[in-house]
Amino acid sequence: MGLLIVGLIFIVPFVFILLTASKTSGEAALLEFSLPTRFQLVENITQVMTFANNRMLLALANSALLTVSSVTGIVLVAALVAYVMQRRNDRIAAGVTLILFMGLVLPPAVATTVFFLQKIGVYKTIFSLVMIEIALAMPFAVVILRAFIGSIPREIDEAAIMDGASPLRLFFSIILPLLRPALVTIIVTSSIAVYNDFANPLYFLPGARNVTAQLTMFSYMGQFGTQWNLVFANVAVLTILPFIMFMIFQRQIVSGMTSGAVKG
Amino acid sequence: MSMYPYWFYLPALLIFGLFFLVPSLMAFYYSLTRWTLFESQFIGLKNYSTFLQDPQLKLALRNTVIYALLTSGFKTIIALPVAALLTSRIKFKGFFRSVVFFPVLVSTVAVGATFSTLMQPSTGLINQFLSLFGVPKIEWLGNPQLAIYSVALVDIWKGIGIAIVILMAGIQSIPTEYFDAAKLEGGAWVAFRHVILPLSRNAAFTVILLSLISGLRSFDLIWTLTQGGPGFASDVLTSVVLKQYQAGFYGLSAAGNVLIFLFVTIIAFPLMRFFTRLEIET
Repeated sequence: MGLLIVGLIFIVPFVFILLTASKTSGEAALLEFSLPTRFQLVENITQVMTFANNRMLLALANSALLTVSSVTGIVLVAALVAYVMQRRNDRIAAGVTLILFMGLVLPPAVATTVFFLQKIGVYKTIFSLVMIEIALAMPFAVVILRAFIGSIPREIDEAAIMDGASPLRLFFSIILPLLRPALVTIIVTSSIAVYNDFANPLYFLPGARNVTAQLTMFSYMGQFGTQWNLVFANVAVLTILPFIMFMIFQRQIVSGMTSGAVKG
Repeated sequence: MSMYPYWFYLPALLIFGLFFLVPSLMAFYYSLTRWTLFESQFIGLKNYSTFLQDPQLKLALRNTVIYALLTSGFKTIIALPVAALLTSRIKFKGFFRSVVFFPVLVSTVAVGATFSTLMQPSTGLINQFLSLFGVPKIEWLGNPQLAIYSVALVDIWKGIGIAIVILMAGIQSIPTEYFDAAKLEGGAWVAFRHVILPLSRNAAFTVILLSLISGLRSFDLIWTLTQGGPGFASDVLTSVVLKQYQAGFYGLSAAGNVLIFLFVTIIAFPLMRFFTRLEIET
């Protein structure tokens, strides 16, 4: 019984989104929790997609580029660091841990970051936003990967060294494939985080051509203040990708989230 | 050891240093200046005194503390029994796990748009539902006294999935012998009270600490739901800093950033040490 109530509290808002996104704008304006008299979800989504010269398509393309580049970067650099940290486990590794820990407590400073990006000439570029997303996701990724690398026996490294593998070769052809379960966790969590991020694109990537998926909501609320069916069709479009990812990787998200968080 | 070269650290430290650490540390210097992005003039601690004398600051500080305590407290208190249920033998376990976790993956912007609609005073679904039980109209986001609590409520709804998942992992790592003993003693309540509660302590600490730090630094949801309004009623430290940046007070907003950092550190570090001392060895 208790679980049923909990379940409803979590399901009802999403049902409401879908119902409202399927209505005509007149009916949606009433904000009622009811079935649409005329079901027009497809028309509404088409309208959202084509609005302002297909802006949504541009936004989704920008978001895709941003997310794929950021996640590739996160996985590569975090795995390299976590691997050497775990294997050496010396004072330098402890120092790097401390530096990365700063990422958890230091608030990102907007003014100085914009200033610094201007100074090095990369302000308002997708590149700079990718770098910022990599930096922000790094502490979490390193913690998870380091814990996981601890479970890969060193004998494997030694066998590869005996066969005359170089450090790079050992890392890329032996270690990285073994990290798969942890990598899936990081790929899923960080791609969701980057795709859903709105504050950083808002500050560091201003401009109409640079619009990202989440930022489409903002102009919408202004322009279609009362066209709730379009607002929620927009919400539905934004949520499709996380939903698909969730369906595919559900098990791994949950097990991976916990492996680094709890010393069991 | 030469198989684990130090230069593997380079790419990560370069990116982390250039795009996060350097700008964050620059805030320490520029917080001591009057700064227009083109030139800066050293003025000592004046920004700090200006920031601390800001009449809205007291309210923002209070809101930040309330928000962090409420969200981390309630997430932990509600998530524990739910996690216990979802690790027990009930039907539709997998379905409920998914349902509770899904909001974690939905963007803040989408959640903000949805709840600002659901929380509308006259037509919103929440008040419509409550009126069935004779509850008078509640101004969730329009009442200055209530706005910050309403945002906290949405935050709990959106983030509790993470807390539940972490606690579930904690409960699953408890050896089964304990549960068998509790069953002999007398059923589910005994198991919850004398096995789960004391032995999922480490996981609960993780949840409290993570949600407290994110609560102290939270910005997204407040920005999408109320923008700190009505007036300045639901402003928190982060939104005050952003408003100062938008108004062109760059040195002042840098000082605000440094103060947030000190504030989070002063609260989080002692708590972390305290928790580490209380942790149980498993």
